Amino acid sequence: MKSRMLAFASVGALALGMMTSAASAQTELRMTWYNDGIEGEVMQDLLDRFEAEHPDITVSLDVVPYSAILESLPVQLAAGDGPDVARITDLGGLSEHYLDLTPYISDPAYWEENFGPFLNWLRPAGDDAISGFMTQMTVTGPYVNRTLFEQAGVDLPGDGATWDDWAAASSQVAEALDIPIPMAWDRSGHRVAGPAISMGAHMFDADGNPALVDDGLKEMTQRLYDWHQDGTMAQELWGSVSGSTYLGANEDFANAQVVLYMSGSWQIPQFAETIGDAFDWWAVPAPCGPAGCTGMPGGAALVAMAGTEHPEEVGILMDYLSSEDVLSEFYGRTLFIPGHLGLAQGGIDFDTDDPRASHALEVFAGAVPTISPIAFELQGYPNNRVMFNALISRLGEAIVGELTLDEAYDRMTQDVEQQLAEQARDN
Amino acid sequence: MAEIRSDEKRSPLITLAAMPMRAVGAAIDPVFKTAQRVVGIGGMPYIFLLPNLCFFGIFVIIPLFINFAFSLTGGTNLFLSDRAYVGGEQYGFLLECENHFDTSSCREDRFWRGITNTMVFVVFQVTFLVLFSLITALILNRKIKGRGFFRAVFFFPVLLSPVVVALIWKWILLRDGLLNALLVSIGLERILFFVDPNWAMFWAIFVSIWAHMGFYTLILLAGLQAIPPDLYEAAEMDGTSKERVFWRITLPLLWPNMLVVIVLALIRGVQIFDEVYVLTGGGPGTATQFMVQYIYNTGFTNQVQNFGLASAASVLLGVVLFILTLTQLFVTRRRDRG
Repeated sequence: MKSRMLAFASVGALALGMMTSAASAQTELRMTWYNDGIEGEVMQDLLDRFEAEHPDITVSLDVVPYSAILESLPVQLAAGDGPDVARITDLGGLSEHYLDLTPYISDPAYWEENFGPFLNWLRPAGDDAISGFMTQMTVTGPYVNRTLFEQAGVDLPGDGATWDDWAAASSQVAEALDIPIPMAWDRSGHRVAGPAISMGAHMFDADGNPALVDDGLKEMTQRLYDWHQDGTMAQELWGSVSGSTYLGANEDFANAQVVLYMSGSWQIPQFAETIGDAFDWWAVPAPCGPAGCTGMPGGAALVAMAGTEHPEEVGILMDYLSSEDVLSEFYGRTLFIPGHLGLAQGGIDFDTDDPRASHALEVFAGAVPTISPIAFELQGYPNNRVMFNALISRLGEAIVGELTLDEAYDRMTQDVEQQLAEQARDN
Repeated sequence: MAEIRSDEKRSPLITLAAMPMRAVGAAIDPVFKTAQRVVGIGGMPYIFLLPNLCFFGIFVIIPLFINFAFSLTGGTNLFLSDRAYVGGEQYGFLLECENHFDTSSCREDRFWRGITNTMVFVVFQVTFLVLFSLITALILNRKIKGRGFFRAVFFFPVLLSPVVVALIWKWILLRDGLLNALLVSIGLERILFFVDPNWAMFWAIFVSIWAHMGFYTLILLAGLQAIPPDLYEAAEMDGTSKERVFWRITLPLLWPNMLVVIVLALIRGVQIFDEVYVLTGGGPGTATQFMVQYIYNTGFTNQVQNFGLASAASVLLGVVLFILTLTQLFVTRRRDRG
């Protein structure tokens, strides 16, 4: 009896020991993620497969609201309490927290070759680190409800149409069909920047310093102001919140309450899902101004964080997720424009039979060559959100009548200067 | 001890229930005996207060000093040791105005708009909150049918999370919300409540009163029930009118409770953030952006997270709250003595 108990105890101890050693060999990585559409599900599938191939690494996908990516993540990172990997959109602004993956990835040349231009968006000036890759490339641009245009008997403005043409046509449709909002733009400085550049805004001075307010920007913001006063744009979107708060009109557009919606390529999967074939939602090329017909590039990137305690494992994970097969599946299933040059050139087999989604992908991918160099420079500027936030918050105050437009321009300039001066105190 | 023993004799359940307490007592008794030998009987209250004081110190006092230290620094680094010392520059930046009555002449116009909005909010919210709480308490103090039910109904919003309160009202007040549906159904025009600054402020105040009124009603109700009924009986026998009873008996005797309610409502009014942030987002423009939201935006939502400026603004807000708290303490003490 005594020897049997001893045998049981020995087996138990051995099993416990094996479990403990297996547990201690397991590395857990945390990935902070936000969703625009179904990409979280797709990423979870990919991570499940990764874990099956690498039983010694587990990856926890922490899905958070987008606002947490903008507001909480920077504080977490500054406190040294961030995740190992995160999906972010403030590409350059968080660069001080990124891990240089170069020693931990199997083929840095592959990364340079396929993610080259976008890697610069993640780097502080003059740096050559490889920190992550784009989970999606985005381009801003408008969608229209083509069904409403057809019902109203109004022709869609053709190639080379200006913002004035689109505003007039949208108002005509809204008036004919009693649609409450002729035109809606996302409440975001990023969304205003492309059209402003089309109107001649330079965004930077000759020395490369930010210079937000110029004649081109005034041309565009004056229009936005006027459209809010004459009812072309609804006050309740831009006028109903304060500061740099982001508001989208995607739900209003999906409910056919908006004729033209200025947003971007990231809405495609959501519209394919929520609108489907309820009406013809149609992406149209960026309207033109005297200086061009540009949207703003942008996107989200998956980046490795310097605070990780497991850089080797993070390198293995990033190698896996950035591989051509995996990324091709990711872009294909999520309907995201690829941020991988090889895949962009070879074409992605998008997982949709919706002609509206296919057309939108074609329009936005086709818009990339028409993007102004100024727009690329602005997107790559690490403090671009300082400019975007100053633009949208002060323009919002002018639209509701708290400031005149001229006062708003002065305040935009002061806001940018003050925030950059505050940041300069770190040096 | 003798009483406990007699309880034990009466009920074996009590004996059973007392066993764990007795065990705990036996375990900690030597510790307190030692402590008493060291600090004496006079020092024992401080020993008992120590855990709470530690908690208060770690989560309130120390952060308060850290916050003040932050307000003297600049830059975007999170850790104090990495930040540049700038002295009173952040305060100077906040307080610099050509004309303090014209917010647009101030260097940091949003800070001053936050102050102005907070003052407007506090004046109207506190006035109507106290008034409605008093009326409700007076009604609920009468012998009406379903008194318990109505007391519960008025108190129920206090139990809700501020975010839930704000979301409920947001759904009611949106363009396609319940209220507009009602207006349209009776042939009236839709009202865009969150686009008009006056409507937005009105609903911010209304929702805040709706959410908090139950708490203050309860305090006033307790005060009303503490008034001796024989005073009312005597007044009735003297043929005193109801108005005179209210002004000469009810209100003077309820006044200490009223003061507590006013001061508490003032403090909470100055701190307003969560409900209004969810309800209006501070808009339209900055029409409902209050002090705490200004601090939050400055410290957290801008790309350059200006912790120094946010800390300086919160120190100034803290001074206002400190004055209000002292007032409350003074009022409470006077009431206790009187």
